[in-house]
Amino acid sequence: MKFRAKIVDAACLNHFTRVSAMIAKLAKTCTLRISPEKLNFVLSDRAASAGENFFSEFQMEGISAENNAIYLDLTAENLSRALKTAQNARALKIKLTNKHFPCLTVSIELLSVSSSSRVVTHDIPVKVIPRKLWKDLQEPTIPDSDVSIYLPALKTMKSIVEKMKNISNHLIMEANLSGELNLKIETELVCVTTHFKDLGNPPPASEDASQERPPEQMAEVHIDIRKLLQFLAGQQVNPTRAVCNLVSNKIIHFDLLHEDVSLQYFIPALS
Amino acid sequence: MKCLVTGGNVKVLGKAVHSLSRIGDELYLEPLEDGLSLRTVNSSRSAYACFLFAPLFFQQYQATTSGQEALRCKILMKSFLAVFRSLATVEKTVEKCCISLNGRSSRLVVQLHCKYDSTVKAMVTEMSIGEEDFQQLQAQEGVAITFCLKEFRGLLSFAESANLSLSVHFDAPGRTCHLPRPAIFAVKDSLLDGHFVLATLSESDLHSPAMCSPELHRLAPPLQAHSTPHLDDFASDDIDSYMIAMETTADSEGSRAVPSIPLSPGLRPPCSPGPFSEDHEAEPSTEPGTPPPKKFRSLFFGSILAPVHSPPGPSPVLAEDSEGEG
Repeated sequence: MKFRAKIVDAACLNHFTRVSAMIAKLAKTCTLRISPEKLNFVLSDRAASAGENFFSEFQMEGISAENNAIYLDLTAENLSRALKTAQNARALKIKLTNKHFPCLTVSIELLSVSSSSRVVTHDIPVKVIPRKLWKDLQEPTIPDSDVSIYLPALKTMKSIVEKMKNISNHLIMEANLSGELNLKIETELVCVTTHFKDLGNPPPASEDASQERPPEQMAEVHIDIRKLLQFLAGQQVNPTRAVCNLVSNKIIHFDLLHEDVSLQYFIPALS
Repeated sequence: MKCLVTGGNVKVLGKAVHSLSRIGDELYLEPLEDGLSLRTVNSSRSAYACFLFAPLFFQQYQATTSGQEALRCKILMKSFLAVFRSLATVEKTVEKCCISLNGRSSRLVVQLHCKYDSTVKAMVTEMSIGEEDFQQLQAQEGVAITFCLKEFRGLLSFAESANLSLSVHFDAPGRTCHLPRPAIFAVKDSLLDGHFVLATLSESDLHSPAMCSPELHRLAPPLQAHSTPHLDDFASDDIDSYMIAMETTADSEGSRAVPSIPLSPGLRPPCSPGPFSEDHEAEPSTEPGTPPPKKFRSLFFGSILAPVHSPPGPSPVLAEDSEGEG
C-alpha cells in the first residue's frame, strides 16, 4: 500500500487547505479515500471530493490490484492544522508512512528569511480501514430529484435556521420548479415559514422530467434541523454554485461547487 | 468491600459525589446488604444527605468479603471528589470504576479504567531550523530538551509583536545531577527585558509509559508544591523560588547569561541549601511523567552552591525574531 502526492502550485495549495478546513468544521473524523485518479474526503453521511488536479504528482497503490484504493480515517482537524502551516510554502508533499503507527506525513517546504529552505513535517496518525468496511464509504449515487433549485445565500439561510432551531428540531424544506423555496417549522403553539422567491431552477437533466411536473407543485422533505445547521455552519465561503435537489419525503441533496471542488451533502428525511 | 461501576453509572456516581460535596467535607462510605451508602453531614449539623446505591447499580457488588466483618469508613470529601472532578472527562474516557475497601490496611482504593481511542493519538510535528537562520548558535550536537510549548508561546508572541530577538539558553543534564535543568528564554532591548524559565523533562521521564502519546501541555511539571512540613516556607511562593535561582545563578556562575533579578523584600534564605543529592526525598510525582515537585524545587536550590565539578556552561541559542514565520 503506497501513496505519495505533491503540490507545488500556490493556488492549488490554497484550495486544498480550504477544503481541509471546511471538512474540519463539518466533522471531527473524516475518511480519506485514495483512488488512482483522486483523493476524496468522506464524512459519514456526506462526501466531499478534492480532485487530483491539485497535485502535480500523484502516485498510489491500493491494497490489491482488484481493490486499488486506500481508505484512511483521521482527525480532520489535524490535517487542517498541518495545512495551515503551509501558507506561502514552496511545496507540499503527502505520503503514507509507518512511524510506529500508520501516518499521513505532510512535509512542507518553507522559504526562510535567509532564503534557504526549511522543512516542517507533520505526522498525522491514521487508521487504515479494512476492505470489508469500504462499501459504506462509496461515492453515493445521486438519486433523481423531484425538484432542483438554486439556494439563497447560505449565510441568510444559516441565521434563519439557527433561530428556528430554538423552536423546533423538525424542519420542513419544500421547493418547486418556479424558483420558490420554503423553510417551515410547525409546533403546537406556532408555525413559522420563511419564503424565498425567484431563486431560479437549474436546467432539468432530461426534457421529460420538467414537462411532467407542474411548476407550482412543492416537493417537501422533513428533516432534523440540526443536520441542516451543521451543514450550513460548515460553509465558510460562499460557493460558486449551490444547488438543492429534493426527493419528496426521501432525501435532500446539496450539491455545492467551490471553484473546482465539489461537495455533496445528503440529509435523509425523518422517518 | 469490592464493587465495580461501569458505563453511564460512573457519571451518575460522580454526580452524586458532586452533590454531596456541596453539603459536607467528610464522606461516610458504608457497604450494606442493600447497597453502598454514601453519606455526609454539614459542619453545623443542619443538613444531612445520603445516597444509597442498590447492588443492581453495580456490575459487581460485594459488601463483605468472607471472614471479614462489615467495614465502613470516613474519608475527606475533597479526596473522593478529586477522582470525579471533571465529569465530562469521566463520561468520555472512563470505562469502569472499581472501588474497594480494605480493613487491614485501612485503605479505600478507587480505580478508574479508561478507554483510549487509537485514532486519536497526537499529531507529531517536526521542524528543523538551519544554522544560517540563527543570529548566533552555540550548541552541543545531540542535546535534546523537552519543554511546555503552551507556556513558551506567550513569550514568542510577545517577541514577535515587539520585534525582538529571542534567545534560548539550555543545558543537558550535568554530570553532578541527573535532574533536568530548566530552559531559559529571554528577550531584551534597551528598554526592557523578559525572561521565561521553563522546566524541562529528562530522558527517563520521556520514556516512561505515560509518555506513549506525548502532548506537550501535559508534560509541564506542576510547579505548585505539595505542602510538606519542613519545606512549607517555600511551598506557597514559587515565584520567589525562581528569583532565588536567578539571583544565585548569576552570582555563582558568571558564565551564565542570566542577569540578576533583585530578590523581593522579606524573602528568607533557603534553609536546606544542600547539594542535590541531599535534597532527594522519596516523594512520588503527582502526575505520571512529570518530575516530582519536591525534586524540582531542589533543582533550583542546589544551584546555590557551585557544584564540585562544574557542569559545562549553558549553550546559548539565539533565534532570529519570528517575524514572517507562520
